[in-house]
Amino acid sequence: MPNKTFFWFFLPTGLAMVLFIGLPIISTGVQSFYAQHDQVVKEVKKCDPFGCTVSIVVDNEETTKIREAKPLGKFNGFGTYVDRNHLATEEIKKFWNETETFGEFVDQVTNLPFYKALIFTLTYCIFVTPNVLLLGFIIALSLNAISRKIRGPLIFGTILPMIVTPLVGSLVLFWMIDSQGIIGANIQNLMNDPYLSLKSSKTLTWITIIIYGIWHHSPFAFVVFYAALQTVPQEPIEAAIIDGASRFQRIKHIVLPHIYPVVTFVALISLMDNFRVFEPIIGFSAEGSAQSLSWLIYDNLVNEEVILFGSAAATSMMTIIGIAILLAPVLVRTWKEFKTAR
Amino acid sequence: MRKILVTLLFLLFGTSAYADCNIKSGSINILANDFPALRTFVETSKQCKGSADFKVTHSSEHNKIAVPALTANPSEFSARIAANSSIVPLMNQDLIRPLDDLVKKYGKGIQDSQLITIDGKVMAVAFMANTQHLYYREDVLKDLGIDVPKTYEEVVAASEKIRASGKMQYPYAAAYKAGWNLAEEFVNMYIGHGGEFFKSGSAEPNVNNAKGVATLNMLKKLSELSNPDYLTHDSEAIKVEWESGNVALMTLWASRSGTLLDDEGDPNITKATKLTGPATVGGGNIPAATLWWDGFTLAKNRSDADAEATFRALAHAASNKKMVADAADQAVWLVEGFVPGPKSIGVIEAVKMGAKPYPMLPQMGLMHGALGSEIVEFLQGKESAEQALKDVEAAYTSKAKEQGFL
Repeated sequence: MPNKTFFWFFLPTGLAMVLFIGLPIISTGVQSFYAQHDQVVKEVKKCDPFGCTVSIVVDNEETTKIREAKPLGKFNGFGTYVDRNHLATEEIKKFWNETETFGEFVDQVTNLPFYKALIFTLTYCIFVTPNVLLLGFIIALSLNAISRKIRGPLIFGTILPMIVTPLVGSLVLFWMIDSQGIIGANIQNLMNDPYLSLKSSKTLTWITIIIYGIWHHSPFAFVVFYAALQTVPQEPIEAAIIDGASRFQRIKHIVLPHIYPVVTFVALISLMDNFRVFEPIIGFSAEGSAQSLSWLIYDNLVNEEVILFGSAAATSMMTIIGIAILLAPVLVRTWKEFKTAR
Repeated sequence: MRKILVTLLFLLFGTSAYADCNIKSGSINILANDFPALRTFVETSKQCKGSADFKVTHSSEHNKIAVPALTANPSEFSARIAANSSIVPLMNQDLIRPLDDLVKKYGKGIQDSQLITIDGKVMAVAFMANTQHLYYREDVLKDLGIDVPKTYEEVVAASEKIRASGKMQYPYAAAYKAGWNLAEEFVNMYIGHGGEFFKSGSAEPNVNNAKGVATLNMLKKLSELSNPDYLTHDSEAIKVEWESGNVALMTLWASRSGTLLDDEGDPNITKATKLTGPATVGGGNIPAATLWWDGFTLAKNRSDADAEATFRALAHAASNKKMVADAADQAVWLVEGFVPGPKSIGVIEAVKMGAKPYPMLPQMGLMHGALGSEIVEFLQGKESAEQALKDVEAAYTSKAKEQGFL
């Protein structure tokens, strides 16, 4: 495509991207460098049906004046990024000096909210992404091998987990693993431990969410792989069969290299999706045991009566950076291949 | 023909039953929490909407919507039904208007005790009181010869006895869902121990002390007697547990008693469900509970005409003797003419015992939020009480710094 045609072709999309993705990200970035003004409080008498007390309120007149002068708030630089609820640089320095063993240090660091969330998010990515790829590929291969007559309904059944709204899917599983639900009660019976609860144990909650993640994301990998399998040329495969190659050898040497770019694509998309894991935490009411970076943002914005815009913005920016770092190896590789291809 | 006549008659008498407040214009849009008493209240105010537009949003997620919706100008809602805790963010952001003029003009039936005044200005009109108190199963306690517990130590002992008897595996329940609910339980228990959340006269946190540790230990003891999924249970979930007969002792909101004691569910359980005041803890004499009021506030970013229409409709409900008589078992109404029934025992006992109201401080929301997420690991047995409280203070401090309170 000539560059000029490409430019006009891409313009509407590009504009929309700048308007709806670029600008909000910039605005979030700016926001993350600001904190609220110092609160001006005053002592007043408060009376309610239970009696009167003297206590403090925010002085609105004063606050309005300050806010009008500087609507963005107090410039805080990287203050929010390094505070205890984010990167916690000072705390980590302190832990490093105070703790005696490395294990103790790690314990202390992983107790900080940001690192706690980061560890869950990464664990989730590390376990879910490869399993999704593997499971999706196996399902695609198996479905590709069976009779065309029953393939349609089977494909439909396979992509069901993706059709079900994430929140509904996780809620259904949430009720099933309840200590009185079908899975929860059976596991209690099996382990002979009436106090066993999938929901109160941290490890078990993590495992549940990871299994849910694999269940929910596999159909996406399957659909893409299945489409890619349709493009595998038959001739080399037939030649390989004549040469006596086993099924495994055929897949390894012909099918996989052929669909390799698609594997990269699916890996990229699932990594991005998994890094933003959020719905299952809400669906499973797992806030107590599992927090992800996205959940931290949500928590800052809605879980408290006071909205922490600066905190949420800082976590958002760090999530974007996190995704960029995760994707970097794959992107660099794709870029190199692209260049050699030319 | 007869049908038409009946319909006509119905319309005639039907409408005559509604008091018309003669509201000619304006639009009314209310945001409220979702429980039966509030529905009754809003329905009552609707009766006198006259020719004004009337919309209402009942949502248990009201806290999340309120500030953004009222910040917009003009704001989405003309009124917000708030409580001690949820009025604070509205005050902090200057989102609600003083009601003095409107009270003078249209608030004839409203009692002085209903007015929430801050710095001499009426900011809200309360209409019901609420608290968390004990519910017990009379049949279970009687069978095992247990007296009705008055302290949380007795609740623990009674629950252990019930468990030992083999009647119930998890005899105790309270809303321990990680987040707001769990933090609320901490607030109650800490106040019961005589704790103060902030160093006096400042916004410096003050929970990492012996009282805080005692509070956490008591919460842990109770959680061990609860369903192992307690960290996911909110008020609705423990209500279901109770109605399934799995629980014999429970701490729950007074405003939920109506749905527990209604005709739905197992009649034997409903019959044996009894209410008593909130328990004390650690030898203290004030109950481990907080008093709450629910009242209405009016949005600042809305036209005066809308505010007037909204006030008149809501004031009609907030001074409605018929409503409090008809719905006497839904809430402890603060409205004139309310005769407390058996379902109001919890709140009345709490007031008699000298329960404290939930602290109405600008930075309390941040403390509540920090508590809700940082004490979970202690309950799971993953860290010590001191460490958990240290985390609470640290999490609170960095949030309070960002908000400019410290």
